[in-house]
Order: sequence, then structure tokens, then C-alpha cells
Amino acid sequence: MNQIDPRGPKFTAAVTTVVLATVLFLAPSAYAVGLLALQTLLFAWGALRGVQHTPLAWVFRTVVRPRLAPPADWEDAAPPRFAQGVGFAFGAAALVAFVAGVPLLGSVLVGFALAAAVLNAVFGFCLGCEVYLLIRRFTKPADAAQVHAPTS
Amino acid sequence: MSSGQTVLVVALLLAAAFGIYRGFVDGRFGGTHRVRGVTSDQPEPGYDARIPVLADTEHAEDIGSFATLLQFSSTFCAPCRVARRVLAEVAASTPGVVHLEIDAEHHLELVRRLGVQRTPTTLVLDAEGHEVTRAAGAPTAVQVRAALAMLD
Repeated sequence: MNQIDPRGPKFTAAVTTVVLATVLFLAPSAYAVGLLALQTLLFAWGALRGVQHTPLAWVFRTVVRPRLAPPADWEDAAPPRFAQGVGFAFGAAALVAFVAGVPLLGSVLVGFALAAAVLNAVFGFCLGCEVYLLIRRFTKPADAAQVHAPTS
Repeated sequence: MSSGQTVLVVALLLAAAFGIYRGFVDGRFGGTHRVRGVTSDQPEPGYDARIPVLADTEHAEDIGSFATLLQFSSTFCAPCRVARRVLAEVAASTPGVVHLEIDAEHHLELVRRLGVQRTPTTLVLDAEGHEVTRAAGAPTAVQVRAALAMLD
């Protein structure tokens, strides 16, 4: 299992917060779409290569971390990586909405990703990680008792 | 204000409100599934408070002679690691108390029956294996000891 400094994903989330807030501040505009495309690319990078191999993780390792005390605890790299995948899904959907001429939908989707990034950066809370179990609960086939429940 | 800026403000306010609320409820023991379940008037199919929680699982014989700290975890869950450390520490220092960790994803039937919404969720079971109280989110050692004191 890959162990990482939990402050790495928090740093990434802080930068993501600033980028997505700027996107919304400028939306709807071509600048907003360009910046969102860049952030979506970063999400994809984190999800595909792992959160410890992104450009932001490199900045954290070389610039931020040497100035911090050693971490009190190590964290598994899988949860934040999964969350990057969720971020990518929202970013990509928002991009499609902006390009398709539905900027309000695009902004709302970015808003969800922003809220998740804020929760991670400020409160250390991983929304994408928690939603995972709820999704699993509802997507796995129901048991017999529910299948035969009366319909009226 | 543009539509994007409106979404920006709303997203930040919602994230802050949710984060503060979560910080308040995380790790607090209280109620059981029956007391605060969403559909408290109609228990979920297969739920019977008279039957021990782990009765028909492979862990039925693993419960502690005084109490069991039953933790539901998932792969994509960083706070689960914190909860694991705290619960294991309390179990090791309290005679008759056992810490059991169950992968929620691989026990979805149990998760549904008990109404577990998120990970980590910790159930305190008495010597017979009945649920006494539960907490969602990683609890502190003080909170766990206070919950165990309810059994005395």
C-alpha cells in the first residue's frame, strides 16, 4: 500500500479550491472554460497516475514539505486518488455543459467540485470517499425481501 | 453578479455549513438504528432488535465478554484509519472489550440492515451482541470510553 503525507492532498485541495473559485468568478467566459479544462486535466492526472505523481504533489514535496515538521500520521494514497476521479467526472461534465451552451449547469457542477475541495482543504473531509459507500449500497442488487415488497 | 459568482458564493456557504455541522456530530455516540433511523416507524426488512447484530455472520462468536466495538470501514476512507487506532487502543486497555472491524463493501446486507450510512461507523454492542449506541465519524478515546460507561 502506498503511504503518503496527508498534507499533500490537503495542499492539492487548497490549490484546487483557488482554481475552481476563479473559474466560477469568471464564468461564463472563455477564460473560465480554459482554466476548468486545465483543472480537469489535473484531476485526470491524479486519478490515473496517483495523487503523489501530479505537478502539485511535486510542488508540495519540493517547496512546501521541507518547511513543515514530519507528519504525525501517514495516509493511504487510494482514497484521495479515488476523490480525484470524482473531481474529474464533475470537471468533465461541467466542461461539456459549458461547451454545449448550458453555462448555469456547468457552474453548478463546478460548484459541487469546489464544495468538495473546500471540505477537504479546510476540514480534512473527503466527500468523494464517503459517497462511495452510499453509491455501493444503492447500486448492488437488492435482497429478496426488497424485490418482493408489495408495490401498492 | 454573474451566474458563476452566485454559484461560487452558494457553494462556499454550503461547504462551510456542512463542514461545521460534521465537525460537531463526528464521533458523537447517540441513539441506535431504531431510535434515529430515517424510517423509524417502519424498520427495514430483516431488522429485528431482539436478534444480536452479528447473529448470522461469521463474526457471531467473536464478540467481547463485556462489550464489542464494531467498526464499519471501507477502502476509500482515511478517517477509518484513525478510528481503527483509537478503537484498538481502547479495546486493548479495557478487559472484556473486543474491537471488530468489518469491510462495509463486502457486507452490504449487514450495512443495509443496520442502516449504516457512512464509514467509519462504530456500533457499541453489549455482552449479548445487541446494539447499545453508535457513532458516525472517527470518535476520540474519551468518547468511546464514555459510550462504554453506558454499559456499567
